[in-house]
Amino acid sequence: MAFPLLLPTWAMIGIFLLLPVILMAIYSFLTKEFRGGVVWEFSLAAYDQFFVNRGLFGDEPATLEWTYIGIFWRSIWQAIVATTICLLIGFPTAWFIATRAPTTRGVWLFLITIPYWVNLLIRTVSLKFLIRDNGPLNEFLMGLGVIDSPLPLVNTNLAVQLGLFYSYLPFMVLPIYAAVERYDFAYSEAAADLYASRWVIMREIIMPIVKPGIIAGCILVFVPSLGAFLAPDLLGGAKTFMIGSLIEEQFRGSLGNWPFGAAVSMILMSLVLMALLFYARSMAREGTR
Amino acid sequence: MKGVRHYPGFLSITLLCLVVLYGPLLVVTAYSFNGSTSITQWGGFSLRWYIDVFTGPEAPRFRSAAWNSLTIAIMAAISATMIATAAALAMMRAGRFRGKSLTFALINLPLMVPEIVTAVATLIFFSMIGLTTGYLTILLAHITFCIPFAYLPIAARLQGIDDSYEQAARDLYASRTQSFFLILLPLMAPGVISGFLLAFIISLDDFIITNFVKGAGMETLPTAIFGSVKLGIKPNIMAISTLMLGVSVLFVTLSYLINRKGRQSP
Repeated sequence: MAFPLLLPTWAMIGIFLLLPVILMAIYSFLTKEFRGGVVWEFSLAAYDQFFVNRGLFGDEPATLEWTYIGIFWRSIWQAIVATTICLLIGFPTAWFIATRAPTTRGVWLFLITIPYWVNLLIRTVSLKFLIRDNGPLNEFLMGLGVIDSPLPLVNTNLAVQLGLFYSYLPFMVLPIYAAVERYDFAYSEAAADLYASRWVIMREIIMPIVKPGIIAGCILVFVPSLGAFLAPDLLGGAKTFMIGSLIEEQFRGSLGNWPFGAAVSMILMSLVLMALLFYARSMAREGTR
Repeated sequence: MKGVRHYPGFLSITLLCLVVLYGPLLVVTAYSFNGSTSITQWGGFSLRWYIDVFTGPEAPRFRSAAWNSLTIAIMAAISATMIATAAALAMMRAGRFRGKSLTFALINLPLMVPEIVTAVATLIFFSMIGLTTGYLTILLAHITFCIPFAYLPIAARLQGIDDSYEQAARDLYASRTQSFFLILLPLMAPGVISGFLLAFIISLDDFIITNFVKGAGMETLPTAIFGSVKLGIKPNIMAISTLMLGVSVLFVTLSYLINRKGRQSP
């Protein structure tokens, strides 16, 4: 009975996602064609371009190429900062919602999730509109007399981090909320009876128990932040170039380099798989405890 | 004892969270009613940019983009919902079978592969099999990544329905088809509807995958908006954004209400 029901799923995801990913892996080892596309000849040129620097004319001794590793490092850093901001804001929010009366919890959660369902492009454009140099935020702050000249927010790392935070915050709140909701407050009460302070209870008792929710939230924010395209592209500038833009550039028009784009995608996917494996392992460890 | 649940400052952070989440959207909504041609100056309340969206110089472009977005989203959501319903039935009702965990991984694959990687892989695939990029390629890609979004609420709903309903129907000589369409499907309906709505929103929302597989001359609303925004944020973009925002909020509210009603009834 299971087989015919599952056939459409296998066919769709197998043919239009799994097979393409395998093809992409193969493409990353092919030779590039100049007008976009590939020549079917085995080549390591894409990975070579990523990792090895042979100088402008290719005749210098090979050294490690830093350009692309730098872009990856910057993306990882931006994703880490965005995840941290999400955690710092998301944890108290999730906690606050989970400790409301059951009837009002649903409403709070609904309020937090609505923005997630609004088109990501529209949210990012809205944020850009708000924080641009002569935008409403700067005018408001200048009107208050807090600042004298507009804060140059757009095209900075901060704008990209803010954009990523804004894009993925609900991913942090929801799993932490689920973990806190299951937490038995008898533990807190027992600790309080033994004169533990609020923050000691938080650190010593609550944190270890809700940790799986926190890790899940961090993974759910970190992974899409790493490969994000819209936030860095619209809110950042040349100095905030991230992996997503690097990949997109390789497929734009005739200037692209498909094998290189495929190779960068492969490296990004391996990073994401590593993050997911780390998640699976830490979850398994929590389970055996 | 209420004290252990309360942490000072958490309420303010929650409110800050809401301000950050809603601030930009509210500001854009307010400015979409701005009568001035400048996006900085306030020129009084006016609907001129909404009129511009429907009749202005860019109207034909937006209209065809909206038509493409809408028809693709409807078809992708219907297909993904049907595929996901079948998959959920197999996963939740067929007991153990070979390859079950592999199938589960496959269903979740679109959620695990980064969107930009999916975009690259799909473009490479379509170009290799020689399918011209356009409407059809967008639709196929959308159906694929909508499947897990449709699957999650449907499977969750199905898990909560005791199989004694179907067994009772089968005992009373209902055929498999009858017991599915007359008993199980009505019980599953809230999950199926919210699965459909989520898939619809996800399809409508997609930018990056569509941008890769759309081909030249073909636009959906997000790619059309992105193209315009690259040249600067104009007031008509804010009007379109507000309209799309309204549609999203409407759909999510519907999905929320249906789900809540579904949870109360059986």
